[in-house]
Amino acid sequence: MSPALAQFAPLLAQVTIHNRTGGNAPCQAQQGKVFCFGWAADNFDRYTTPLLNQLLLVLIAVAIGFAIAFAMALISHRRRWLVPSFTGATGVLYTIPSLAFIFLLLPITGLGWTTAIIVLSVYTLQIIYRNTVAGLNNVPMDSKDAGRGMGMTDRQLLWRVELPLALPEIIAGLRIATVSTVAIATLMVFANVNTLGAPLYQQIDFKTNIVIAGGLSILMAIAFDLMLLLAQRLLAPWRRSQREATP
Amino acid sequence: MAAVPEGSDALSAFPLHLAFLGTFGDAFDFIFHQQVARTGQTMVGGPDQVLHLTGQHLKVTFLALGAAVAIALPTGVILGHLRRGEGFAIALGNAGRAVPELALIAFVAAFIGVGLLNVTFAFAVLGIPPILTNAYVGISQVDRTAVEAARGMGMRGLQVILRVELPLAVPTIMAGVRTAAVNIIATVALASLAGVSTLGDLILGRNVYGDQGVVAGAILIALLTLTLELGLAGLQWLLTPRGLKLARAGAAA
Repeated sequence: MSPALAQFAPLLAQVTIHNRTGGNAPCQAQQGKVFCFGWAADNFDRYTTPLLNQLLLVLIAVAIGFAIAFAMALISHRRRWLVPSFTGATGVLYTIPSLAFIFLLLPITGLGWTTAIIVLSVYTLQIIYRNTVAGLNNVPMDSKDAGRGMGMTDRQLLWRVELPLALPEIIAGLRIATVSTVAIATLMVFANVNTLGAPLYQQIDFKTNIVIAGGLSILMAIAFDLMLLLAQRLLAPWRRSQREATP
Repeated sequence: MAAVPEGSDALSAFPLHLAFLGTFGDAFDFIFHQQVARTGQTMVGGPDQVLHLTGQHLKVTFLALGAAVAIALPTGVILGHLRRGEGFAIALGNAGRAVPELALIAFVAAFIGVGLLNVTFAFAVLGIPPILTNAYVGISQVDRTAVEAARGMGMRGLQVILRVELPLAVPTIMAGVRTAAVNIIATVALASLAGVSTLGDLILGRNVYGDQGVVAGAILIALLTLTLELGLAGLQWLLTPRGLKLARAGAAA
């Protein structure tokens, strides 16, 4: 370590000091205790706002991401030459780390909900786009021929034959995107949005707090997953969901 | 913009100051020139600190990725070879996506402890699901006729794995390794919260480093991630058997 670096050491120590809010002293004093039920029951209301914020953030981001990715898939469905560039573009955007992305937007959109929504929606693009394109590609030729034989136009064929048959794969993409978005949404505390990451970040050494905030986030992801699975079964009862490898 | 002290390092002779590009210019300035910290007493930024933090960032990343590969790859390959535990392999991959990175690092810091070893463990946990799931899927999807042909040639279990199944599964396995690597290098910034200094120090230390330091950290992390992704894509190309590449090129044409 060079002498120049030695002078950074006190600075780095400062960086890791966070604000602590009071009210948990009796529980925190019991260091051996993994989970304080009494404290959790008394203080659960402090997680309500972060929980609702995170829920809202996920819903908005996935809705925007889905709208964009779905439109891209429909555009490139008729113009096949666009598929490689769309796949490449969404892939590169997906690779930019979410934490870095927040701060790359800092000089442009500042910190706040706008930045958080942009980062989260961009993340959903790749998975939803790829699955929608794959779903449309996997529609059997016979079904399309049958539609044509019935005199359907391109548009009718798309909305009445191809999209319904692609639905299981589209929803499979939506499930992966939504579950990942819930997890990444906790990081949006660094974009100054009070999500479940806020209690985690503010009291990172308080065990009960970490179990509650982390647990709520995981439960939210599971709830979304089950709801979308149910939607998949209800909307496309003729086809069971297909298994997916990780992206 | 802070003045550059004379002769503080080799690159401070870099003539062009880029502040005219706004905060992004300031961020590049921060990378190439030392400057006074927002808190006033010390100098921050400049190539020395940036290289030190980048090295730390890469060290934690490769330790964690190495540990994740060492645990997940053999497990996934053996399960795939035996075609056992499909439910476990798929469920692990799905569950991995639901775990918030911030909660994971906070959990490890609070319940196990801080420091390099514990932090490495936390990030290895993050990398295991995609590698294990993809190794399972890749190996179990290898064409059965190829495996039977290998057995007919007198190969034993381990030989089948090493000479037939692993080479044919390279694209799927490497996709998992790449996902894990990108997740880990992106999240290692959070190690700063558990007492291990990485490039996360810059992006989480706005009160010390200012906007230029934060944006500089973000630029460096994004560049490192893209470089790692490209490097692993190159490695995948080198590891993929020639026959597989020819078959893919044929299918695409």
